[in-house]
This record gives sequence, structure tokens and C-alpha cells, in this order.
Amino acid sequence: MSVVQTEQLTKKFGHFTAVDHISFEVGKGEIFGFLGANGAGKTTAMRMLCGLSKPTSGKGIVSGYDIHKDTEKIKRNIGYMSQKFSLYEDLTVRENIRLYAGIYGIKEKEIAPGTDLLLEELGFLKEKNTLVKSLPLGWKQKLSFSVAIFHNPGIVFLDEPTGGVDPSTRRQFWELIYKAADQGITVFVTTHYMDEAEYCNRVSIMVDGRIEALDSPANLRKNYECDSMDGVFHQLARKAKRQAD
Amino acid sequence: MNKIIQVQNLYRTYGKVQALSNISFDVEEGEIFGIIGPDGAGKTTLFRILTTLLLADSGSAFVDNCDVVKKYRDIRKRVGYMPGKFSLYQDLSVEENLQFFATVFNTTIEENYHLVRDIYVQLEPFKKRKAGALSGGMKQKLALCCALIHKPRVLFLDEPTTGVDPVSRKEFWEMLGKLKTEGISILVSTPYMDEAGRCDRIALIQNGAFLKIETPDKIKKDFALPLCAVHGKSMFALLKDLREFDGIYSCFPFGDTHHVAFKDESVSIEELRSYLEKKGHDDLILNTIGAGIEDCFMNLADGEVSL
Amino acid sequence: MKQFFIFVKKEFYHIFRDTWTMIILLLLPILLLVLFGYALSTEVRNTEVAVLDHSKDAATERIISLLDMSDYFDVIYFLDSPEEIHQIFSNESPGLVIVFSEDFYDNIVHTGEAAIQLLLDGTDPNTAVNISNYATTIIMGYQQELLEIFSAPFQIKITPRFLYNPEMRSSYNFVPGVMGMILMLVCAMMTSVSIAREKETGTMEILLVSPMKPLMIIFSKVVPYFFLSCINLVTILLLAVFLLDVPIVGSLVTLIVISLIYIFVSLALGLLISSVASTQIVALLISGMALMMPVMYLSGMMFPIENMPVFLQFVSNLIPATWYISAAKKIMIKGLGFSSIIRETIVLSIMAVVLISISFKKFKIRLE
Repeated sequence: MSVVQTEQLTKKFGHFTAVDHISFEVGKGEIFGFLGANGAGKTTAMRMLCGLSKPTSGKGIVSGYDIHKDTEKIKRNIGYMSQKFSLYEDLTVRENIRLYAGIYGIKEKEIAPGTDLLLEELGFLKEKNTLVKSLPLGWKQKLSFSVAIFHNPGIVFLDEPTGGVDPSTRRQFWELIYKAADQGITVFVTTHYMDEAEYCNRVSIMVDGRIEALDSPANLRKNYECDSMDGVFHQLARKAKRQAD
Repeated sequence: MNKIIQVQNLYRTYGKVQALSNISFDVEEGEIFGIIGPDGAGKTTLFRILTTLLLADSGSAFVDNCDVVKKYRDIRKRVGYMPGKFSLYQDLSVEENLQFFATVFNTTIEENYHLVRDIYVQLEPFKKRKAGALSGGMKQKLALCCALIHKPRVLFLDEPTTGVDPVSRKEFWEMLGKLKTEGISILVSTPYMDEAGRCDRIALIQNGAFLKIETPDKIKKDFALPLCAVHGKSMFALLKDLREFDGIYSCFPFGDTHHVAFKDESVSIEELRSYLEKKGHDDLILNTIGAGIEDCFMNLADGEVSL
Repeated sequence: MKQFFIFVKKEFYHIFRDTWTMIILLLLPILLLVLFGYALSTEVRNTEVAVLDHSKDAATERIISLLDMSDYFDVIYFLDSPEEIHQIFSNESPGLVIVFSEDFYDNIVHTGEAAIQLLLDGTDPNTAVNISNYATTIIMGYQQELLEIFSAPFQIKITPRFLYNPEMRSSYNFVPGVMGMILMLVCAMMTSVSIAREKETGTMEILLVSPMKPLMIIFSKVVPYFFLSCINLVTILLLAVFLLDVPIVGSLVTLIVISLIYIFVSLALGLLISSVASTQIVALLISGMALMMPVMYLSGMMFPIENMPVFLQFVSNLIPATWYISAAKKIMIKGLGFSSIIRETIVLSIMAVVLISISFKKFKIRLE
């Protein structure tokens, strides 16, 4: 049962084709890495899958809902986290969770116990009433992710989630992702840290709006004869016509 | 060899946070010295003190034999500085920015063109474009040109490759390697562990203190524990089981494998393999590996970031 | 529905936790109301009056004391001859000069008609009309008093004359005010925003780590705005003269000199603001709150200073625009010479020197 399914998905802005007929599938509980250089089209593609932007042509199904017709249903059934924004800095940890839980329609009586459980698992129950702006960056990111999956969505979209944190925090973050995937939540993550691609079950690399490669990291490394994802990416990026200038 | 940077017992607080704690190190002339550590570790504070933009609470620092407090004017004439975020004039063109900085430093583009030529040729097709319209990688290249155009004695690069795509990152470091041959010393900070390998010597920094100062090779050699990379079908369950194994010192996910450090030589891979197989794991691949810089960092930093 | 409320709750949190927003939302209305309701008004009180009394008899004395007793007037100056009228307007700026004809009381009794001339400063037509009306009312009050004693009809003929602005154009009043405002706006606000922008984008860091002396950086910021202000000055004057028919009765050179001093003061203010503002928004807000508002309300541009409570008058005197507008009016509208604006010139010059010294001292050679 695939959680994401696209067929010839395309997005054009006037004469410019940002996403060029991409087709792929993502299975339940998979950690799927969506890679590509800036301008390759990954953000645009992700926005279509999140129901934030209507495709020009092609089909797409996310969690069983059509991305043309059921965008509102999609939004209610997915989780989303981005590097640029996640939590309100001038609200406390508890207030942020309350806010997002409320938005996603979690029942009132489930919110408080759910909050405590979440914080205990993360190990900062005592920061429940701390303003988010006082937390270190790594904690904010872990909290963001947990809040994004608080309502148990079928799939969570992560847009460049681990910028700027130290290696150990980054690892802890990926452990959270592993746990979520283990519980059956599909994780769709975009990143430009090529070494993070290694955490994923499968990875797709977009170049000039098209998917140029889609496979597990191990297979990609074998096929492109590189010992790291960095090398694979480098080879594919060389072909890019949409010059990063 | 002349020491181009000398720092002793530097301390600096911001309110309640101890940004720098007893920082001491030297940089030799012509060296590429890397400061490796995550956000908030204190790298930017250190750079600002050395470029005379901030005062330390205590301790001393000399750049090219000039005291950073008393002789700040001299230092400001001789160093090139690239602060963290892109700090050039977005509404001036590539050409105009370079012209501006050359003039500010009492030189011309022609005088030191040979230093920036390799980088500038990539920018040249876009020389009339406004700097704000360049991509991340190109902006950094332009910033580097502007920092170099007056042939500084020392280059201070604060996280020059953050947010830049991997291809440009690689090219940037190749350019830095070439600058070494011109006798320019470089102090560079980065959160990317893989870039550490390109420096002559590195200092690992966390929470305002240096964990270790050494050549990258020596740091890796000094990693005392046996290291093993483990891959299995279900990585999450693998992680849990690995951590419960008795002979393990630490276990961290590292992408498609988990890096496991044994407590000592007595623990063997075969032991680990049979333990895991008993736990029901399939498709196991276990290999002994040498430590990378990141393994060393994790080990030294105790793996937990405290508030 | 629940989601709506939770959003509303969140918005309240954002507001309560931001001190500046709270101040603006809650304190500002109070401040404005007090200011407008209490301190600022177009009413005229304690207007200084000069009297030229050719009769000096019981009637004129009575009228003078009625004027003095009222809240609106303070009779201060007593002139001896018509020649002194122009002088008193140049030197002291009374709101009203009242001239009684000869044999005032006798004329009332015998011919049934006596004349009073009201000479008013027409630069601000609204105020002038108000003053004229109040004076007329008081004089009519006297007429009423007399009628109760006298049965024979008589009339006091009151002739108001508006000096300097015979056609009662409001533009005469507001053009100097606008000049003060625009020059302050361009110089102070724009200079401070420009320097704050360098700090905000980080380019200031690079400039500091260079051979450039910090003072050079300041000067380079100030020069373009100085030139822009000069162009603005010329433009405003041209428009005022040719489009709005506002005269420059006095010396153009004097006007330009005092304008240049004022421009320096404004530039220095801009520098001062930029040394405390770390972002453009803050620079903009400070320029707006600390400069524009006082200039508009307290400089005498819209509301007469004489009517303000003493405390606000004191504040008004601290505002450079007050002095500049006063000088500009005297030169442009009243055609007075340099001697009449000596006070303004000295005050503005001192302000310029003091402000420039403070800004230089406060300019940081480091990041904090």
C-alpha cells in the first residue's frame, strides 16, 4: 500500500517547468529522501504533495487523497516541519503543543496526557513551561518534529529539518525519525546534507525538475561507482542545465 | 615558523552564557586552521574577537603580532574577513562590490587579480548582476574575492560554506587549498565534519571550550576504541538492541550503518554478530572501520548537548 | 470552531508578551487623548497684547482692563507712536496690537461713533481670526455695559487688519512648517535607517574590519542625504513661491543659511538615532515617534505654542524644528532681517554642535 503515488506530476510557471513529469511511489513506514540542488524543483514538488500548490498536470495521491481535489483532506492528514519555521518562539513548549494539537483536531482530553508523554520521551518534561526561544536549537528541532507527528499522521514531510545543529543532536533527531518510521509513519524528507541521505531507505535525486535517480543509497553508490552519496550527487549535478549561477 | 595568530586564555560571556572558556591556541603562518563545531559553540564569538569587532572579558590575542585590543587599526588593514551570513551589498553588482572593497583597502582590482582570478572567472559572466540575485554558492565566491582582493595576511572565514550546495562547497575548499601557496594563512570555521579533513590542523569546539587541537589524522589515530559499522534490515530495532549489548561503549546512527564503539579490544565482532542474530536480525553486515572526525567528535563531546 | 479560539488565544499571547506592542496599543491612545484634549488646542489664551492708545481716557482704560482680565489676553506692551507698531511685531510677536483713536470716549458720547483698530499677525490666519473674534466679543461686552448707562445709540467701529498675509492664506503658515518637517524627515530618518541597514545586513561588520576610519563611514552616509536635503529645500521654496504664491519677503540668503544649520542638526539627530538602533525598523520607529510626532504637534506648526501647558512649551523649545519654523516664518512671511532671528540661529547652532559631538562619541568602533 503506497502512501505517496505520483504519475507524470508536472508544475509549470508560465513557460518555466519547475517539476517535469515525475513519477514515483513511497511505501508505508518508508524513510524517503528527496534530494536535489537548490532550484531543481524539490520544494515545488513537495508543496504539491502537501496540498499547498495545484499541479499543472499529472496525478498524485497522498494518504489516499487526490492532490488535485482533496487538498484540504491532505492537509489534515499529514505532518509538516520546516527549518525556517516550526514553533512560536514567544509561546511555551506546552502552549505550542496545545496550539498544534487544537489545529489538527485532537480531542481536548487527550492533549494534556499526550503532551506529557511526548515530553517525557524527548527527555525535557521539566521544560514544559519554558518559552521556546530559550531552548537550544537542537531541542527546538526535536520538539518540532514531535509536534508535527503528534496527531499521528500517515506521513510527515520534513523540509531541510537539520540545518546548523551539532552531529550528536542531528543523530538524536534521526533516531526520532527511525522511531516514527518504525511505528508506521512514512517520512518524506528533503535535505542538502548528502550524508543524511544515507539514513533513508530510498532516495530520489532531482535535476532540472526531473528525477534522475531513485534507489537505495547503497545501490546508487554501487551504480555510480562512488563511495559516498556526495559523489553520486556531484556526478548527477554536473549534468544540470539549470546552472546554479 | 612565525605564529600568525596567538591566543591565550580567552574568556567571554554574553549575559548568563559562557560563550568562550579558556581558549588558547596558535596558528602558524601559511596554515589552514579549522575550528570545527556546531552552532552556538562559540566560533563566531572567537572570530569577532580576533577581527577586533568584540572585546574579550579576559585573556590575550595577537594577530600578525598585533594586540587585538591596542593595535586594532593595524589588524583591520591586514586581514580579510567573511562573516557568517552573506554580508555584501545586495543591490550593488558583482563588479561594483569588488571595486568598492578594493578601493576601501587602498588597492585596485588589477593589483592582486592573480589571487582571485581562479574564483572570479566563474563570476565574470555575471559581473553586472546584482549580488542579491546570485545563488548561494556564487555569493560565497564573491564574498571570498572581496575578502582577498587586498592580499590580506590572514583570512578569517566564519562558516563560509553553510547553506551552500555540496558541489560549490567542494570547489570552495579547493580554492582555499590554492591560497595556501600564496602564503595566506587561513582560519576557517565550519560545522561540516567532512571539511575538517581538508585543514592542516583543527580545533574541535563545543559550548565555548576546545575539546582537542590536532591534525585531523592524529585525531583519528588517537581514537582509542575499536569501531565497527553495523547494517541490518530494520535499523531502528537494531539500534535498540545494539545499545543493550554489554560490550558496547557507544552506538550512534551514521546513515546506512550504525557506528558501534566497543569498550575495549576484548569484545569481538563475532560476539556481536551472534548476539544480533539471536535477536532475530536479518541481512546483517558488520565491518571494522577506522574512526572519522565525526566519530571522534561524538566521543569527545559525550554525545549529549546540555542546556 | 475550537481552532478559531485557539488561534485567538495565541494572538493574545503574542501581544502580551511583546512589550513594545503593549506600549503602543495601550499607552499611545492615552497619550494622544491627553495631548489633544488638554494640551493642544487652536484656542487662543494669554495672547500678548500691545496697546497704542491715542486717547487714554476712562473708556479705553476700561476696555484695556477688560482685555487683560480675560483668560485670552495679557496686555503687556504700551506703545507711544505708530512707528513702534512694526518694531513690536518684529521683536516681540504679540498676537494683537490694539489701536484706539483720539478722543475715544468723547466720540462715543458726542458723535456716536468711535474707532478701534485691531492689528493682527496674519501669518497664521486661523489663530488671527480667533484672536480678532475674542477681542471683538470683549469690546462688544464693553459696549453692552455702556448701553445700560447710556440710552443714546452709539457704535464702536472695530477694524481688524491682518498683517503680512492680507489674503489670509493658510499656506503662509504651513509652508515653513512643512519645510521643517520634510528636512527633518529626510535627514534624520533616512540617515538613521541607512546606517541601521548596514548593521542589520552585516555589511557594517566588514566595513569596520577595514582600513576605513569609522568617521569616514559616517561622513559617507551623511553626504548624500545632505545633498538631497538641499535639493528638497530648493524644490519646496520654488513650489511655495510659484505654485502657492507664498512670498519670500525677507532675504533669501538668510533663509538658506538658517536652513543649512537646521539640516546639520537633523543629520546629527539621524546619526544619534542610528547609534542606538540596531535594525532598520527600530530606527524608523524612533525617528517616527521621537521626531515626527513632536515636530508635527509641538513645534507650533499646527497648534500655537502659547496655548500649551508650560511643560509642553518647555518640550517644544527642545525641538529643533520649533526654532527653525519660527525663523523661517519671520524671514519668509514677515520679511524680517537676520537681527530678528539671532536667538533662533544661536540655539540651532548650539544644538548642531552638541548633537554632532555626541554622535561622534557614541559611534561604536566595535560591534557592541
